[in-house]
Amino acid sequence: MKEIDYLAPSSLGEAYAALQTGKTSAFLAGGTDIIVQLREGRKQVDQLIDVKHIPELVSYKWTDDGGLEIGAAVPFAEIYGDAEIVHRLPCLIDCATLVGGIQIQSRACFGGNIGNSGPAADTIPALIALGATLTVGSADGLRDIRLEEFFTGPGQNVLGSGELIVKVNIPPQPANSGSFFHRFIPRNEMDIAVVNVGARLDLDSNGERIEGARISVGAVAPTPLYVAAAGDALVGEAPTDEAFARAADIAADAATPITDMRGSIAQRVHLTRVLTNRALNEALARSRED
Amino acid sequence: MTTTEKPDYKVVGTRPIRPDGVEKVTGKALYGADINLPGLVHGAVLRSPHAHARIVSIDTSAAQAMPGVLAVVTHADLPVVSDKALDMGEGISTASDMSKNVLAADKVLYRGHAVAGVAATNVHDALSALEAIKVEYEVLPPVLNVQDAMREDAPLLDDSRHTKTPTGDLSDNASNIAAHTRFEGGDVEAAFAAADIVVEREFDTKMVHQGYIEPHNGTANWNSDGTLTVWTSTQGAFAVRSALSELLKLPVSRIRVIPMEIGGGFGGKIGLYLEPIAAILSRKSGRPVQLTMDRTDVFQATGPTSGGHMKGKIAVKDGKITAAEVSLAFEAGAFPGSPVGAGAMCMLSPYEVENFKVDAFDVVVNKPKVAAYRAPGAPNASFCVEQLIDELARESGADPLQFRLSNSAREGSRMITGVAHPRIGHEETVQAVQSSDHYQSPIEGPNRGRGVASGFWFNAGMQSSVIASVNPDGTVNLIEGSTDIGGTRASLAMQLAETLGIEYERIRPTVADTDSVGHNDVTGGSRTTYASGQAVYEAGLDVQQQMVSRAAKLWECETEDVEYVDGSLRHKSDSEKTITFAELAGKQMETGGPLQGRGTVMARTPGAAFGVHLVDVEVDTETGKVEILRYTIAQDVGTAVHPSYVEGQMQGGVVQGIGWALNEEYYYGEDGRMENSSFLDYRMPTSLDLPMIDTIIVEVPNPGHPFGVRGVGEVPIVPPLAAIANAINDATGHRFTELPISPRRVVEELHNLQ
Amino acid sequence: MPTRRTHIQTNLNGEEVDFLCEPRQSLLEVLREELGLTGTKEGCNNGNCGACSVIMNGRVVNSCCVLGVEAEGAEVTTIEGVAEGEALHPLQQCFLEEAALQCGVCTPGFIIASKALLDSEPSPDEGRIRHWLAGNLCRCTGYDKIVRAVLKASDMEEVSA
Repeated sequence: MKEIDYLAPSSLGEAYAALQTGKTSAFLAGGTDIIVQLREGRKQVDQLIDVKHIPELVSYKWTDDGGLEIGAAVPFAEIYGDAEIVHRLPCLIDCATLVGGIQIQSRACFGGNIGNSGPAADTIPALIALGATLTVGSADGLRDIRLEEFFTGPGQNVLGSGELIVKVNIPPQPANSGSFFHRFIPRNEMDIAVVNVGARLDLDSNGERIEGARISVGAVAPTPLYVAAAGDALVGEAPTDEAFARAADIAADAATPITDMRGSIAQRVHLTRVLTNRALNEALARSRED
Repeated sequence: MTTTEKPDYKVVGTRPIRPDGVEKVTGKALYGADINLPGLVHGAVLRSPHAHARIVSIDTSAAQAMPGVLAVVTHADLPVVSDKALDMGEGISTASDMSKNVLAADKVLYRGHAVAGVAATNVHDALSALEAIKVEYEVLPPVLNVQDAMREDAPLLDDSRHTKTPTGDLSDNASNIAAHTRFEGGDVEAAFAAADIVVEREFDTKMVHQGYIEPHNGTANWNSDGTLTVWTSTQGAFAVRSALSELLKLPVSRIRVIPMEIGGGFGGKIGLYLEPIAAILSRKSGRPVQLTMDRTDVFQATGPTSGGHMKGKIAVKDGKITAAEVSLAFEAGAFPGSPVGAGAMCMLSPYEVENFKVDAFDVVVNKPKVAAYRAPGAPNASFCVEQLIDELARESGADPLQFRLSNSAREGSRMITGVAHPRIGHEETVQAVQSSDHYQSPIEGPNRGRGVASGFWFNAGMQSSVIASVNPDGTVNLIEGSTDIGGTRASLAMQLAETLGIEYERIRPTVADTDSVGHNDVTGGSRTTYASGQAVYEAGLDVQQQMVSRAAKLWECETEDVEYVDGSLRHKSDSEKTITFAELAGKQMETGGPLQGRGTVMARTPGAAFGVHLVDVEVDTETGKVEILRYTIAQDVGTAVHPSYVEGQMQGGVVQGIGWALNEEYYYGEDGRMENSSFLDYRMPTSLDLPMIDTIIVEVPNPGHPFGVRGVGEVPIVPPLAAIANAINDATGHRFTELPISPRRVVEELHNLQ
Repeated sequence: MPTRRTHIQTNLNGEEVDFLCEPRQSLLEVLREELGLTGTKEGCNNGNCGACSVIMNGRVVNSCCVLGVEAEGAEVTTIEGVAEGEALHPLQQCFLEEAALQCGVCTPGFIIASKALLDSEPSPDEGRIRHWLAGNLCRCTGYDKIVRAVLKASDMEEVSA
């Protein structure tokens, strides 16, 4: 690794100041991506800013209206170790428990996974399905961004050079709502997604009619996709196999994947359909749980 | 299960704690990268970014001038060596090919091919210096598979290479086919013409890696007296020494190779990569130099095993296999020496086949030079043959195990080499699977299937030597020279304890360096417990004999009157006169001085190993994922010295085979770059991908070994590829002929995706 | 070229330790090169094999994906700190008895990861163990005996608890 400076600011203000020095920077939270990228020469910066000493980034809390705000650097293991989150937001647990192995989950975090902006990132389709927003901060203050509007290309996003991701906000979920995140990998752990899908279904009080739906697909385009049309097609429908199949077809049509060592175009389009279908069925089942 | 009565052993067949165990579970064991030496500096290796290119020039001057840099070397720093063949134990290479593989000469032949080495005060400086080395390449088109490489108009890796043909002559035209070997017997044409059923298919496999967890390393100290000391993780310290002697033109006696603990090898840690570079960097810098590979280097620049193309045709008449015609073309990588010949000789060996024609092509391609990998060549070749056998059994309406049994080779059956099998245990192994709970339990449920396959491996003998030093307190130091990769210190100490009739705990085994014990061939070919075990037995007999003489001296009688029984010396006719091993060991000063036993063998009677595997799978036909539901392996091991480690070898081999069958492959871009050179994307099985692996130990003792030992380690990787393919065929009705049978391949073939 | 080295204080295997390191050095590199603790192994250096597992502040991490400077004020346990004097940890004993190692190079990582599991969940079942250990690669054993060793150790811990 090239020589590098290391800073560990203890407040957002200090972090913003570090971003103003004219040096190129990267953030260090879990380190599971950035340290490897720097070591392998895939990225080069003057300084690493360790954000784990900034209180806002390493804590999480429920909001009064039932939403969840997660500091960008809270490790996944802390999230899935919280019984209330496991109970109330199982979709979040779906993704948090399958990023890498246990060693990765001890350190890796939502802010890192989002900031890294990989097209196949495992937490993103789950968070998009849940309707998450990001709060990013800079010396000018804080601003909120809808997650599906954050990504601009592989490894690229709208974050300005003076900004950092402060927290991820998951809005309160409606009463008869269920969400599920589904990933396909060749092994059972430790792989990058060939395709991953997050799906949310909001049903009416009888559970017979879909009132809202959100579907997001990863690893099939330069950025994680929010396929609004697939969700919209379900609104007003009964949660039937036929309706899910139509939504899955729309999701598959939206996929524009590439062929690489992790999968082929044909396989990924096919899997988009299969996984969307499965995720919708699982989301439906969850919507009927307490 | 034991199929043959065996003697009542006291130590052999028990499960003691291995001698090196505590050091390994506490982190104290020293592997190659763990040593530190006074003045040690670190190095790095510059590697080719191209799969095929001519080196126009190398300019190292800027790198040499960088701060912290102590030495820079290229191929020009290596002596010119001959085409002399170097037998490394598993696979033969020439000195000049090996030298050019260590550091590229006029051409780079694969991406990752070493071009230059740097030593610097720390590894970060060494890595920075690599960027300052200027290499001008003339990039050439690469050839990346055997079919392309065999075309007449293919780009040639070496314009001066001609094919060694079956007659022994060289071909007229230069070629990427280094050798074509043929085995023929009987009348194939007539047998095919008369057959009831003939099946014929083509198969393809990809290059795969052994995947040991410890990367290669090499540390060298070129002393000012012209002697060289090398610390390395190797399967064969003596092979390293002899190869270094050839490559560096140093007398053997001036080189001392110290084998460190080795973090896995499976055949891949026999060849030399870093050791010669570390040696010349040390000579130039005057400092001890340590080189280690990163994981990408390990994938791109060591010795995986061949992928290849195979075509097979087998005939059956009246339920009997009557003819086989098989053509195998294997990738050798950048230099000749694929295991295609071994694959050809193994694949039909479980069966009696009277009429056969087998062609084997050794083909160079722009990929790393292959090395041995567990039963080299046999798994790929069996992927072809064992699927054809499965198809023949199905078409005959026969149970696949019964079909194998009725066609099984037995004592006296001739292999395609013409050599007759001695006492072998294939039939017993098939029967063990037939009577297993697994086979007796039907498989049920949609998209589930069951497959079986047999496998054969020769097992190797070769040379071993050991020393047994008897201590005055009745303990024994066993000095041996076989690298211990998976528990052979235990299995050798156990054999010495058994021979001497004393407790296992009294034997302390040590793997010594090349100055401290006689020659030992590599730990490979499943030979160590067998051949070094034989040397241990010889050493034990030597100790016994010397003790008999000493007891005779004590008792003032003839040696004929003394016998060695169960760890004691007894006078045959005077029951008052007995002395235990420990008591006599304590009287060394009075009975003639230090007592040391020696054993040296050129082991020539290895017992062949057969394994039969049974696997149940479930295929998710929508995603293409194959789950291994249950796996049972039965194997004839001769005699299981330490059953736990025998089981471990079987389970480990199976799991490597499962990886090879389902996900592992070198995935190349068109430019010849391996795109998945990380553990993330190479996808070896994790604990979560597997069930427990059930083992059935079959013991048909090898008559050529004092305790009946056959080799164990290699044959377990032979059957899984075909067994799994057969199970998937059973589950889906589709026969997969190309590896890996990855989810991508499964969905693409089952759903006809383009 | 003089490199800037930072002074770091950490609790390592129960002892207060201080060392100097460059920001670019990983915790793995610091343990092995600066502190001479070579029991922690490098298998891939990019977080995909678990051979370099250590327990840091109660959680198992890949030390190749942690910087040495991040250890400031942390509590770190390496394989060298698992046994108590001559008394092996139940996991170490069970790995020996069950023949759960062959070449042994992945063993420190497996024992550390398994310890982290048993420290938080004393009686995991086979499925839980397999899931927990999926980040640790072993190429020799096929995992069978490793999983059995962890199951056995969890039984021993229950008895002793």
